[in-house]
Amino acid sequence: MPPPPEPGGKPYGRGAFLLFVAGGLSSLAWASPALRVIDSLLPGGAKALLPSEGWRIYTVGTSMPRFDVRSWRLRIDGLVSRPHDLDYDALVRLPRAEQTSDFHCVTGWTVRNVRWAGVRFRDLLALAGPLPQAHALRFSSAEQPYEDTLTLDQASRPDAMLAYEMDGRPLSRPHGAPARVVMPAMYGYKNVKWVERIELVAHPSDGFWEKLGYDRDAWVGHSNGNGA
Amino acid sequence: MAPERRIRRFSRIERALHWVHASTFFVLLASGLVLYVPRLSELVARRQLVKDVHIYTGLAWAVLIGLVILLGLRHGLRGTIRELERFDAEDLRWLVHRGGRAGRFNAGQKLNTIVTAAFAVLFAISGFLLWYGERDTRFRLANTILLHDGLMYAAVVLLAGHLYLSLVHPSTRHALRGMILGSVDAEWACRHHPRWAALPDDPHVRAEGGDREPERLVEDDQLPVLADARGSDVPSGRDRA
Repeated sequence: MPPPPEPGGKPYGRGAFLLFVAGGLSSLAWASPALRVIDSLLPGGAKALLPSEGWRIYTVGTSMPRFDVRSWRLRIDGLVSRPHDLDYDALVRLPRAEQTSDFHCVTGWTVRNVRWAGVRFRDLLALAGPLPQAHALRFSSAEQPYEDTLTLDQASRPDAMLAYEMDGRPLSRPHGAPARVVMPAMYGYKNVKWVERIELVAHPSDGFWEKLGYDRDAWVGHSNGNGA
Repeated sequence: MAPERRIRRFSRIERALHWVHASTFFVLLASGLVLYVPRLSELVARRQLVKDVHIYTGLAWAVLIGLVILLGLRHGLRGTIRELERFDAEDLRWLVHRGGRAGRFNAGQKLNTIVTAAFAVLFAISGFLLWYGERDTRFRLANTILLHDGLMYAAVVLLAGHLYLSLVHPSTRHALRGMILGSVDAEWACRHHPRWAALPDDPHVRAEGGDREPERLVEDDQLPVLADARGSDVPSGRDRA
């Protein structure tokens, strides 16, 4: 079969294709700063349309835990003088703390100005009486096998809490109902959802993502290869 | 009633390429949206399963597209690519004034194919980085997910336009027949792709039924054939793959 004759015109398409691919790949360097500029120019409502804004729901288990107020208990144990089981009513009767903070995911998205209500770890742990040798908190999620740890110092930050409300409403199922860790200074994977057990331990250990190579001290902007 | 005259527009390999890409894209889009949209994530609530579907479909896409292209390069796909990437004065006129006489592909179709191909490459690279970044944090770049999701937004806009033109818009939706069965109505082709369909000696033009001798599409004097048409618009499906 003879080759078909060369079509007329110029192969602009080849150049356009390479340009698109190169432009797209280079966005790995400029997408965030560019979005920040667009973000600052857009009015509030339009910001939600940006791909970097808004929640994404990440889970690791085969199903999403369901909260039942009758059977739910939060267990606080480990290196404590009084292991403690807390039901939902007892949790919300503890001294209430409120805050507005940003939530940063290590994969690059951010939700700004999230309004949280919950209880500071100081008030929560006082129920169980941590022993002097306890230096870290291990949070276990109802979503097996998710877990993560914070040192007592980290959990004592003024903006760290166990939250049971988000944006004025009880925490919803995809956000970890009924209670989750909120640690705004660290990336989202430290903010364990569906918390059902807090174990006081002598040393922090690797959580779910940390076993896969992520940093245990996940400071926003200063870990996991970001500005570290 | 006289038999409708058909003209073959897409070879088997071209249709295979289109449908492999289209079907895997729909699975990737659906599973991707479940991973991305909170309400859908909650509804399905089986992230690992959906993630596996998404990743394995991406892998299947890469393997199948690679095979079709490899096979296609020996069955006329090289000619198709040449047709798609070349723009001449008529194409530019089509783009700027919606004038210009189109060949087998009009300039918009060429552009759509080029953008789709570039998106596919970018989707594949950013998708691979998202997958591999979970295993080796050196490959977890802060902007990968922005690129992947931004591409999704742009691709959905393109897809909406493509579906509108191929399923809804009355004057263009006939093209879908060509992508499914290979051939299109000859008169439609003359109106929409005159520089290709108007070739007076095109061997692909034949009556429905197929076993007759190739016949002319219409009378020569009704069809202003451009001087370069003969050289420029030979369909790549000449081998009747």
